[in-house]
Amino acid sequence: MLTLLKYIGGRVWNRPSDFVKLRWHHCGQVEKISKVLIANRGEIACRVMKTAKKMGIQTVAVYSDADADSMHVDMADEAVRIGVAASGESYLRQDRIIEAAKRCGAQAIHPGYGFLSENAEFAELCHDSGIIFVGPPPSAIRDMGIKSTSKSIMSAAGVPVIEGYHGDDQSDSNLLSEAEKIGFPVMIKAVRGGGGKGMRIAQTKEDFLPQLESARREAQKAFGDQVMLVEKFVSEPRHVEVQVFGDKHGNYVYLFERDCSVQRRHQKVIEEAPAPGLTWEERKSIGEAAVKAARAVNYVGAGTVEFVLGAKDHKFYFMEMNTRLQVEHPVSEMITGTDLVQWQLQVAAGEPLPVTQEQLQVNGHSLEARIYAEEPGADFMPGAGPLIRMTTPPARPDVRVETGVRQGDEVSVHYDPMIAKLVVWAENRQAAIIKLKEQLSQFNVVGLNTNIDFLMSLCSHKEFLAGNVHTNFIPEHQATLFPERSLTSSLIAQATVAALLTERAQLQYLRNDPYDPFSATDSFRLGHNPTWEKELSYLDKPLKVKWTERSNGVFTVDLDGQTVEISGVLVKSPNGETFLKSHINGKMNKCRVERVDGEIYIFTKECSYCFKEPEPSYANVGGAGLGAGGGAVAPMPGVIEKVLVKDGDVVEAGAPLVVMIAMKMEYVIRSPKAGKIERVLYAAGDNVKKNAPVVKMEESQE
Amino acid sequence: MMRFSALLFRSGSSLRRCVSKPSYYHTDKVAVTIGTDAERNSPEFKDNYSHMSQLVTELRSNIGKVAAGGGEIATKRHKERGKLLARERIDLLLDPGSPFLEFSQLAAHDLYPNEHVPAAGIITGIGRVHGTECVIVANDATVKGGTYYPVTVKKHLRAQEVAQQNNLPCIYLVDSGGANLPRQADVFPDKEHFGRIFFNQANMSSNGISQVAVVLGICTAGGAYIPAMADESIIVKQQGTIFLAGPPLVKAATGEEVSAEDLGGADLHCTTSGVTDHYALDDKHAIHLARRVISNLNRNKKPQIASPPEDPLFPADDLYGIVGGNLKKTFDVREVIARIVDGSKFDEFKARYADTLVTGFASIYGYPVGIIGNNGVLFSESALKGAHFVELCCQRKIPLLFLQNITGFMVGRDAEAGGIAKNGAKMVTAVACANVPKLTLLIGGSYGAGNYGMCGRAYSPRFLYMWPNSRISVMGGEQAAGVMAQITRDQMIRNKKEWSQEAETKLKTPIVKKYEEEGSPYYSSARLWDDGVIDPMDTRRVLGMSLSAAMNVPISDTKFGIFRM
Repeated sequence: MLTLLKYIGGRVWNRPSDFVKLRWHHCGQVEKISKVLIANRGEIACRVMKTAKKMGIQTVAVYSDADADSMHVDMADEAVRIGVAASGESYLRQDRIIEAAKRCGAQAIHPGYGFLSENAEFAELCHDSGIIFVGPPPSAIRDMGIKSTSKSIMSAAGVPVIEGYHGDDQSDSNLLSEAEKIGFPVMIKAVRGGGGKGMRIAQTKEDFLPQLESARREAQKAFGDQVMLVEKFVSEPRHVEVQVFGDKHGNYVYLFERDCSVQRRHQKVIEEAPAPGLTWEERKSIGEAAVKAARAVNYVGAGTVEFVLGAKDHKFYFMEMNTRLQVEHPVSEMITGTDLVQWQLQVAAGEPLPVTQEQLQVNGHSLEARIYAEEPGADFMPGAGPLIRMTTPPARPDVRVETGVRQGDEVSVHYDPMIAKLVVWAENRQAAIIKLKEQLSQFNVVGLNTNIDFLMSLCSHKEFLAGNVHTNFIPEHQATLFPERSLTSSLIAQATVAALLTERAQLQYLRNDPYDPFSATDSFRLGHNPTWEKELSYLDKPLKVKWTERSNGVFTVDLDGQTVEISGVLVKSPNGETFLKSHINGKMNKCRVERVDGEIYIFTKECSYCFKEPEPSYANVGGAGLGAGGGAVAPMPGVIEKVLVKDGDVVEAGAPLVVMIAMKMEYVIRSPKAGKIERVLYAAGDNVKKNAPVVKMEESQE
Repeated sequence: MMRFSALLFRSGSSLRRCVSKPSYYHTDKVAVTIGTDAERNSPEFKDNYSHMSQLVTELRSNIGKVAAGGGEIATKRHKERGKLLARERIDLLLDPGSPFLEFSQLAAHDLYPNEHVPAAGIITGIGRVHGTECVIVANDATVKGGTYYPVTVKKHLRAQEVAQQNNLPCIYLVDSGGANLPRQADVFPDKEHFGRIFFNQANMSSNGISQVAVVLGICTAGGAYIPAMADESIIVKQQGTIFLAGPPLVKAATGEEVSAEDLGGADLHCTTSGVTDHYALDDKHAIHLARRVISNLNRNKKPQIASPPEDPLFPADDLYGIVGGNLKKTFDVREVIARIVDGSKFDEFKARYADTLVTGFASIYGYPVGIIGNNGVLFSESALKGAHFVELCCQRKIPLLFLQNITGFMVGRDAEAGGIAKNGAKMVTAVACANVPKLTLLIGGSYGAGNYGMCGRAYSPRFLYMWPNSRISVMGGEQAAGVMAQITRDQMIRNKKEWSQEAETKLKTPIVKKYEEEGSPYYSSARLWDDGVIDPMDTRRVLGMSLSAAMNVPISDTKFGIFRM
């Protein structure tokens, strides 16, 4: 059996293990699920559908107006529109989702993660409507959903918990005094919270009330509830969580732990299984504690028990239980050779767990990197926008690309900015990290900023490689994780040649006769080889490159006297990706290149670069002529929440003009200068693009 | 491992590697290829090679100087005004990476004593603008303020002639002070002088050959008519001006004081006078607008190549070692043809008859072409063969390529008795009347009536190029000196005077020297007797582009004159 597990490690998708089938043949009281509705969107909707299809179960998607053409809708057998873009009017509309399930005759609803996945009312509503909710019973959601309740249950069940105030007196003064009792720094958390939303750290007493206010506001927006708990903040803790599974017959197993310590903005960015550095005894003891926790609430289905683990002493404390399938579940699947969505569906149908604890083994190591639309360099500010180009590494048994978007799709401001999850498996942690980095280098996105370069940098980080992870990892290693990138002359030469060749390739449509000697693309000039200038910039730093092209197709590229001889040619891979193959000093270099208008993207094995050609001086002539007005622009794509000024208002520099909401956070756009508002360009509820001016200021009489 | 396919065409020569070869009927596959592998290690080849290399190096160095324009100071001053150089404007106007077939780079070379007028202050050529081949005429304001010397006018008119003959839209990048006043007599009044520029604009416009002017600097007096006569014109704000008389002349004439901008700036002409149609913020914007204008011409050149081009079988630089720099050494013109035409395939016509003239069919860059090349002096039968072949090409609408290396028609009693004059006349008639595109390339000597029979400048070839080793004159310098010496000696003998060997040498030396100087391709090109001196290695490309340009107009029927029988 052990060998079999080893064999299927990393081959989760295509090879359900034989013993799994064996046990399921002996079950009774099974409710048939032949059609399932997935009350979610994006990658998780697609993920669930993949397994459902594999099992022969028909799938129903639901979608908002913003997702009408999205991948999960295309993948489903049927799809039902459930409202406008805002999730409150679509993916959170329980009534419409139940209605959709009934309309399509789905026997079960899979909630995915987020949205309604941990909503006890919804689970109940499903039950009342005669639909199987693929998840735990409402009571378990309720018990675990309120953190104060969950902690007391755990405490009673003998699971170690962390000290804190989980009481009902939510007055500022009480919470403050409780915080003082616990001792600063403290963590303020929304009782209903999750995913880092409605969570703040107060370092000092003075810090406490503003942070409390802020946490409440965010919680209100996200969960419609602002009850807070206060607890001791453990510095440099590790976030270790255990995947547990229960069935309707009282069986429980744990599928070992995941380490999700590396986080930014209190959100996970890279997860791995098993957790590095744990002994087998520790592994067993944390796993058993998690099963104890699940058993304490009569848990059914897939769940995750989160612990804080002391980085040094490896002592762990119960934090919370997530009563759903987690984003990072694939890493557990990869090391155990299981398909947790399949288990979910089968358990929901009343079948017993396919394996016993003794049959589960840890095989190899798995990592998941979450690829987000965000700007790591700007405190990981979330982004949105079109995926003008997106190429992913090809999927294979040890590499999974879980995504709900395709090239040409838009990462919407309305939902989570996660683009994809890249999951790899290898024999050991070291090999898995190397593989992850290599695969990340093949994940290329153009159109919006992503954290891919950051993830690659993370994969090369000495401390990460050593397994010295904790939740403060990113801030602590800020300097080394964001290395100052110096451009080598070789890279500049490649960028120049890429810029020239992609520009020429762009004009293919003007060369209707490829044989015509005027269709040649080598800048032939009679009797002389001119030196040309190419203006590029990198991170707003201008580069004035001189280049000549010799008749044999070799370029000489010169930047500030540093001369590089380079011969380059663009080649296309069978799946349509463009590579620049170049030779410099007898060394062949190959990098992926993409051009989008005046931007040239270069993807190397280490990181990516974006070189820009200068915007033509005449680019805005003939348009509306709405300049940025000195900077009253949206910092990112979002939705206008409130307009604070009207046409004709006279404002001071720094006066708030507009409040916008982006990625569920508020941004105030202020006036860059004193002056008169000529026109307000947006109204509340309007979508606004990044860098779009929000007001037009009257030209000052200078 | 990934497999890659070539995406970008690197050059004309690698174009066809991406194209699958068409299939041929198997016996047709037996190609008639010509040429032999050069003996690259023979002393003669090496000698020739180094001689020609030297000539080419000298040529490139001269062209390099021309390309630098009007010198550092003028260039700096020009750029400080925020203006682009003439060549930068052209580079920006052309489709990125596309070639530019520049004409007469050596115009005005050593022509005006003590004056360096590179390229005659005007850059002309054919290039692709938004996919359309256009003739570009760009004043170089760094050269004498872009004023028109006599040869500048000639070069401008020649570019217009190319446009007219080949149906190519014209783009004038205007930045010129107008006529060079000290030389007004050689610039202004005659038929082929300044006024002809506007005559041509009007007539080309009437023939549907678009005329586009971009005013990037001053356009005074006659120059004002260039934008005014254009179909569409563009002007750069606070930089371009158009007026019939500039502020100084206005003040002298009427006493009115007015700034150049108020008198004829972009604002005036785009909003009030309507002299210009498009308002540009700067040079780059103006060039961008010119590309937009061309994109709206609604021209579409249809691909016309019957079969995909193939590289010649032999390397182009063999031409250096085969031809060399000494005109007295002979070479087989077939070896030259073998290094120019597609696949070195040449279907020779009348190969065994009149072997001093080689005729036959080939293609260059896929364009069919009839080639007439010299392999010695022209006899009566050579002329007849040539005339016959010209008739074939005209009947079939195949362009003609003349490879000139000709000392002339045969002389002597036998020749005259054999009717060399009337037979030569047949060839001259055929060449003169041939209505197919004619290209002429001087690969050696071009002397006397041989120049006529082989389509010299007077026979209006669409394009005429010279190799740096070539020579052109009514006869060779030594022959001319010999003739002069003979006449003088006869005179002396009639007058019963002594004429020493020394005196004869004294007479002959300056004649030889004069012919040597005037027969040089630099002398020729400076005066626009040709369209440019080219590196032999670029021959195939230059001819290919010339043929391509010529294909912008359909080939019309030919009606020959009376052949004296």
